[in-house]
Amino acid sequence: MELLCPAGSMPALKAAIEHGADAVYIGLKDDTNARHFAGLNFDEAKLKDAARYVHQHGKKLHVAINTFAHPNNYQRWQQAVDMAADAGADVLILADIAVLAYAAERYPKLERHLSVQASATNAAAIDFYRQFNISRVVLPRVLSMQQVRALARSCDIDLEVFAFGSLCIMAEGRCYLSSYMTGQSPNTAGACSPAAFVNWQDNNGTLESRLNGVLIDRFAPNETAGYPTLCKGRFTVGNDTYHALEEPTSLNTLDLLPELYAEGIKSLKIEGRQRSPAYVAQITKVWRAAIDAVMATPERFNVQPQWQQVLAGLSEGSQTTLGAYHRKWK
Amino acid sequence: MQFSLGPVLYFWPKAQMLAFYREVADSDFDIVYLGETVCSKRRELKFDDYMAIAHMLREAGKQVCLSSMTLYESPGELRELRKYVDNGEFLVEANDVGAISMLQQQGLPFVAGAAINCYNQHTLRRLVSMGLTRWVMPVELSGQWLTEVLHQSIIADIRDCFRTEVFSFGHLPLAWSGRCFTARSENRSKDQCELCCINYPQGREVTSQDGTQVFVLNGIQTQSGQRYNLVNQLSTMQGQVDIVRLSPQLSGTFDWLAKFKANINGTAPQPLPATDSNGYWLNLAGMATG
Repeated sequence: MELLCPAGSMPALKAAIEHGADAVYIGLKDDTNARHFAGLNFDEAKLKDAARYVHQHGKKLHVAINTFAHPNNYQRWQQAVDMAADAGADVLILADIAVLAYAAERYPKLERHLSVQASATNAAAIDFYRQFNISRVVLPRVLSMQQVRALARSCDIDLEVFAFGSLCIMAEGRCYLSSYMTGQSPNTAGACSPAAFVNWQDNNGTLESRLNGVLIDRFAPNETAGYPTLCKGRFTVGNDTYHALEEPTSLNTLDLLPELYAEGIKSLKIEGRQRSPAYVAQITKVWRAAIDAVMATPERFNVQPQWQQVLAGLSEGSQTTLGAYHRKWK
Repeated sequence: MQFSLGPVLYFWPKAQMLAFYREVADSDFDIVYLGETVCSKRRELKFDDYMAIAHMLREAGKQVCLSSMTLYESPGELRELRKYVDNGEFLVEANDVGAISMLQQQGLPFVAGAAINCYNQHTLRRLVSMGLTRWVMPVELSGQWLTEVLHQSIIADIRDCFRTEVFSFGHLPLAWSGRCFTARSENRSKDQCELCCINYPQGREVTSQDGTQVFVLNGIQTQSGQRYNLVNQLSTMQGQVDIVRLSPQLSGTFDWLAKFKANINGTAPQPLPATDSNGYWLNLAGMATG
């Protein structure tokens, strides 16, 4: 079982490798990946440095090229594939059918993983993508453990699941909420609820967060204010004002680790390419210890309280959830 | 330019559905999409009921297409999809690539619905080679984006192999989740939802704390708070949009069809209600009005 960690910069990448990641995933410095944030990601020279560093340590580098190519700039997505292949990436994480086809034809020996943004939630969808000779599928965060188990047992392909980090509650790759509010979505711009549209206002001690003018939440002086990700705001439905879609909380699957291991899940992905090197270091350390423990003696695996403590401290709103893996969440 | 009626996205009781489709049979819609696209637990109408409606509509002169679901999560749901694929008579709209996979294996033509991620000419060309005959572009794309796709030389030799369709009226389907938000709004879990979305035939409104309508909850689907309305954009669609889709609303669907048809050439523009938007088509935020 692989530990796959995020990196938005060389320091984060080094932190991941130093603290026990088996592989690191990164993106290029443009909108060809789903974490297209200012100051983040790798240009061509840094990409080569990253590949060199990771390989020197005997680990693997995955490059996410997982937005959908624009009609007038299609070459940019092709060039991203070329650049990653040329730099020596071990894996491409892809979502667009055209980009998958290009990579499969041009670089047949370069491993292709189906990005979560391709939104493959069932066996028939996985079958569809087999024509591009993918070797692994990253599952969307909408499936229950029972559904993950059914896929693991019925599909003859490696599966990767999200283990920890920000929780997308919608089927990834098919959520247009962000472009509805801002004009930019993960699919088209590589960003959800982009920072350029965020506005904070203090009204006599009540802090208001807005996204492109829409009030996402109001925080009383004693409340911790979170980033206005639009699906995690407090809205009114009927007579109730509450987190109508989801609370600000992070996904944490430590409790499920023995089950995921037993089902042969190939890789655990940690979300957070936008996070700091210190964050990546701490998360990686905990998950390395947890994976080592479950692989050594799966039947005696116990979640250590100190692991949970560290993860809670690194979570949105200091809360964690099993998300869709747990049926009750749904 | 033809006009299509999308599948009913809400959960309406059987009698209401049957009455609605009797009206559809007498309407000016050219094409009708039928089927449950949101939640497999909604079983007021079963597959055979949809087939009976499909036959009735075909006899009334409509082109009928069966719409399949967007989010398939279980083997049971795929078995239901198989029935749609194997219906033997009607074209199928795929809203998940799983459906495309099954249709392709049978050598059947298909419509790629708006939830299929086709954003560029190369993907479109691949889908045409798999059997796509009609392309409903993703709802978040603009008229300009559509033009850019269609004007690429790589599309030129296959432009006659498919027709284009644009979701042009109704609350936009924007997201699908493992979680049921209507059940959540009633403090129920999805497992104990008691099919409560049947009580919300237009979905449940979600407003911001200062009163702006933000979204509409429709079970596991989240829709736009604003109703999308491209009635005044039809003249700019000429030559690149073959089919204009209206999504069934609880009321007024047929009146709006008349307004759309009257304004094909831009000669009968309509004042847009404040609750409507057209931002996506105009390359703005979806909720905006240009």
